[in-house]
Amino acid sequence: MVFGSSQRAAAIADDVTDQIPVRGRSLLKDAQIRFVQNKAAMASVVVLGLIILFVIIGPLFAQWSNEEIDWDRMGNIATEGMPSLANGHYFGLDELGRDLYSRVIQATRTSLLVGLIGALTALIIGTTYGLVAGYTGGRVDSAMMRFVDILLAIPLTLVIILLLVIAGRSFFMLFVSLGAVGWLTMSRIVRAQTLSLKTREFIEAARAAGVSEVTIMIRHILPNLIGVVIVYASLLVPEMILTESFISFLGLGISEPYTSLGKLISEGAGTMAYGTTWQLLYPLFFYVAIIITMFFIGDGLRDALDPKDR
Amino acid sequence: MVSYIFRRLLIAIPTILILIVASFFLIHFAPGGPFTSERPLPPAVLANIEARYGLDQPLWKQLWDYLTNIVLHFDFGPSFKFKDRDVNDIIAQGFPISLTYGSLAFLAASIVGIALGVTAAIRHNSWIDYTAVSMGIGAQALPNFIMGPILILVFTLWLGWLPGGGWNGGQWPYLIMPVIALSTSYMGNIARLTRSSMLEVLNSNFIRTARAKGLPTRAVIWRHAMKPTLLPVVSYLGPVFVYVLTGSVFVDMYFSTGGLGQAYVGSALTRDYAVLLGVTILYGTLTVVVNLLTDLAYAWFDPKIRY
Amino acid sequence: MKHMTHLAVATLLSTTMLTGAAIAASHVPEGVTLADDQTFTYRVLDEHSSVDPQVVEDVTGAEIVRDLFEGLMNQNEDGKLVPGVATGFEASEDKMTYTFTLREDAKWSNGDPVTAGDFVYAWRRAADPALASPYQWFIELMSLENAGEIIAGEMEPSELGVTAVDDYTLEVRLTSPLPYFPQMTTHATTFPAPQSVIEEHGDEWTKPENIVSNGAYVLTEHLPNERSTRERNEMYWDNENTIIDKVVALVINDENVALTRYLAGELDRTDIPAGQYPQLKEEYPEEATSFPRLCNYYYTFNVSDSGPEAFQDVNVRRALAMAVDRNIITEKVMQGGQPPAYTFTPAAVAGFEPPTLPWTEMSQAERDQMAKDLLAEAGYGPDNPLEFEMVYNTSEAHEKVAVALSQLWKSKLGVQATLANMEWKVFLEERGNQNFELARGAWCGDYNEASTFLDLLDSDSGYNDGKFSNERVDELLEQAKTSDDTTPLYTEVEEILYEEMPVIPIYHYAGVYMLDTDLGNWPVDNVEQNWYSKNLYKIAE
Repeated sequence: MVFGSSQRAAAIADDVTDQIPVRGRSLLKDAQIRFVQNKAAMASVVVLGLIILFVIIGPLFAQWSNEEIDWDRMGNIATEGMPSLANGHYFGLDELGRDLYSRVIQATRTSLLVGLIGALTALIIGTTYGLVAGYTGGRVDSAMMRFVDILLAIPLTLVIILLLVIAGRSFFMLFVSLGAVGWLTMSRIVRAQTLSLKTREFIEAARAAGVSEVTIMIRHILPNLIGVVIVYASLLVPEMILTESFISFLGLGISEPYTSLGKLISEGAGTMAYGTTWQLLYPLFFYVAIIITMFFIGDGLRDALDPKDR
Repeated sequence: MVSYIFRRLLIAIPTILILIVASFFLIHFAPGGPFTSERPLPPAVLANIEARYGLDQPLWKQLWDYLTNIVLHFDFGPSFKFKDRDVNDIIAQGFPISLTYGSLAFLAASIVGIALGVTAAIRHNSWIDYTAVSMGIGAQALPNFIMGPILILVFTLWLGWLPGGGWNGGQWPYLIMPVIALSTSYMGNIARLTRSSMLEVLNSNFIRTARAKGLPTRAVIWRHAMKPTLLPVVSYLGPVFVYVLTGSVFVDMYFSTGGLGQAYVGSALTRDYAVLLGVTILYGTLTVVVNLLTDLAYAWFDPKIRY
Repeated sequence: MKHMTHLAVATLLSTTMLTGAAIAASHVPEGVTLADDQTFTYRVLDEHSSVDPQVVEDVTGAEIVRDLFEGLMNQNEDGKLVPGVATGFEASEDKMTYTFTLREDAKWSNGDPVTAGDFVYAWRRAADPALASPYQWFIELMSLENAGEIIAGEMEPSELGVTAVDDYTLEVRLTSPLPYFPQMTTHATTFPAPQSVIEEHGDEWTKPENIVSNGAYVLTEHLPNERSTRERNEMYWDNENTIIDKVVALVINDENVALTRYLAGELDRTDIPAGQYPQLKEEYPEEATSFPRLCNYYYTFNVSDSGPEAFQDVNVRRALAMAVDRNIITEKVMQGGQPPAYTFTPAAVAGFEPPTLPWTEMSQAERDQMAKDLLAEAGYGPDNPLEFEMVYNTSEAHEKVAVALSQLWKSKLGVQATLANMEWKVFLEERGNQNFELARGAWCGDYNEASTFLDLLDSDSGYNDGKFSNERVDELLEQAKTSDDTTPLYTEVEEILYEEMPVIPIYHYAGVYMLDTDLGNWPVDNVEQNWYSKNLYKIAE
């Protein structure tokens, strides 16, 4: 579902790619300046930084751990479990009487990790695959890309469910299954980019100078892919977080006592009619904040790396 | 052009074939079978059931029978879970429902999204722009599965305007909430995409020229800016169309619409192999066809592309 | 899951003594004014698997089948046996032959008479390997002559021990004396099937346009994953006394959404999500309902060789069981009136006297102390904490219980229990293959007798996932099969279970429902929850 925007990201990344390779090093410097000038993106970086800071130092102020049950208050959550500074449950209690403050912190950490590691997995697999396919070319290339086409035709829901069911659930499998579905579009983008790069003069020059193929791939092509890859990866992060929440909704997310924002939201949405709206609102706030800041940062990166409409 | 379409369709056949084989083995690898239950069946009973559904055959034979049945009889086999129905029944019943609310959601998302995006771009940096942008981002950032319970709470319980679920042959009161729930996040995405694309186009030289010539703004936008603006949007809409049909499990679950999304997820969880494969094939084919249509639409929007 | 209190009905009765339009149906108390619209709408969690009586395997489907078809015997509101198509039966002295007499006015919905031959056809059909019904085992459980051989494909279905002596006399021959055989004829698998219709339409015979049934209702509409509708069968022999005209089952997966729709007035009955009962009871005292059911909820130790060494030690098992504060689970987690469990068999089981075991007398503080002592004796303590993994299948309610248990153990005993939830089919596979340390379990009685639960812990039971094995238990269970007085036997089994603690009983199920006050006669006292729409009625508001 959520990966629908990959195509869009591909289109965006395509735009970017035309510009990057010829510009060399100075481009990144330019981009940096342009990014810093982008107010929305910089504000987002600050907000995201605050969220990360909160995740890191928040636990210092917690009076309850994320798995401890407040035995005295459990069972009367709607009346006694609301957010309160006095009893140390700053964000209130969840349905079972656990401290929502600690749980939100832990969930935010999970969701950020899912987003980052999932995107990183997709990035590594996708880049390697696309680079090899594009650089090798010929039959290998078309076979490899046909494989990607087939995988793209398998409904995402099926892939995720089966991966999590077959391999059992764990943090590791969650990252793998997210990465497994995210790398496909990435590999197509990288391949297209590699195809155009490998005919450039500087590659031919390197080849003429007797540099080995592997070295060319790593030393000369890879650095020129960084722009596209960064942009696409930044767009992947929110997609990963959205997808994880979909997995949680299906009941295939990570195991207790660990939780994720998607899971907390899904639980909070279930009980919102019973007078415990804080169970929905706190996780939803962090979730929406992360997604929105990631959108702006992604847009900012794209604009910074793609100077075409300045 | 015709030969291009023909070539693409030709490639689609092995793609779908491999898709079937891959899904077939994938689902058979999943632990537990369709007849694993809390109350383990006595071996004799299990043997009878497996014989009836051909599960006692070697895997390659099962696959072969499955494929020949599809090719010769267009028969996707019986459901293992819903004993009164076969896969053809389930798809014939569920797919039109998914298709109906999916298409409506797709239309709603496209029309509102594009309108919102275009308006925002034209009134760049005005309050309209900011409102449209925040609405777009908000809609996109909300996980779409929380829309279901919220809508039912508001429109059914508090306001009492709409029935809380069901399909009733697709009468409009039953359609409203599923369509809203499904379309919002895509609507937000489309709006943002349209806006940035339109801004880019409006800044380009040929639009400036058109304006300089003294053409009225409206004419400039409709006649010149619209097509290039929609180019990136179209490439996004293709997969969205497939996703609104496949990703609608939460709509089916919350609104009891009886669509295929839930049947699909359910079949994966109950290991109803035949249903799972049948729907996978349907969705896979749909993906291939929609991708082709998207590429053709792309060509129409961008005269630079030739096939 | 589903029902209404007598109390609620009684209150309504007193307020609606006005117009005397009440129909003289046997099950409507005098003075009740019936509503004009006799439609009963209820929520089901999932789409039913089938409405073919011999094929159906899920509770949802069985509820529909009980309305569409009628077997030899029915259950009344208290779960007692009452005549169905059969007006009565005679058992031979050795309890090996039963003869049922069928009523002559019973008809199929197409007007054909219901005969003994329809039952013979249906039972042979259920046993026939060609139909491959998942409920073939039920025919075997009924101990019908040759059932096992037919299922194994060694004999023809026609050799099953059931004969139509004439159109209205059915003779059944058993391989072992079963005093409770007539009770088994209330089960859907034994309902009659219309041979001519099945032969005409094949697999399509259960479609609304084809189906012919002999119960109080006929299936008129089936929209998969949305709803199914059954309407009055004018041909039913007791049609006159049937009040509900139309029954609608709405499929709503999410219990919170179902509750919202109930509150919006779209449903007459729905389940109450775990934890919400007290609040709803306060707000809707006449609608929120809870009553005991015939199911238990437990965690089973893996005591087989593949299980952890720690669980071989009875002290560890007992310590963990002792430290579970069941009142926390029932009153603060489930909150639906579930009785805490100190025995494996629910107290609601007919004829079962829960024995007084030492721990039922203790306070929780005493139990906790005992748990600490036991665990220390087993050699676990702060320096050597006990660690294990507990598995349960994915579900919000199971998760809550698992989290609460692990926290109880952690806070009281310093035990480190890792939680692992698994998707249902994976869970069944792993538990069935002893790939676990501690696993959730639950069981609902197949029939209303303690052996349906205790047999689970028989060494040879296919459901004994923890592989507990105790010769004395096996012996006692064997004796119970033919004994006239089972109470001392079951008491001793429960005592051994208390000493050995192969499973940790947690609580026994309750049916926790919202039942609309205008719905009359919901059988809350039927612990198996075998309900019949023909016995319900809607009261004018």
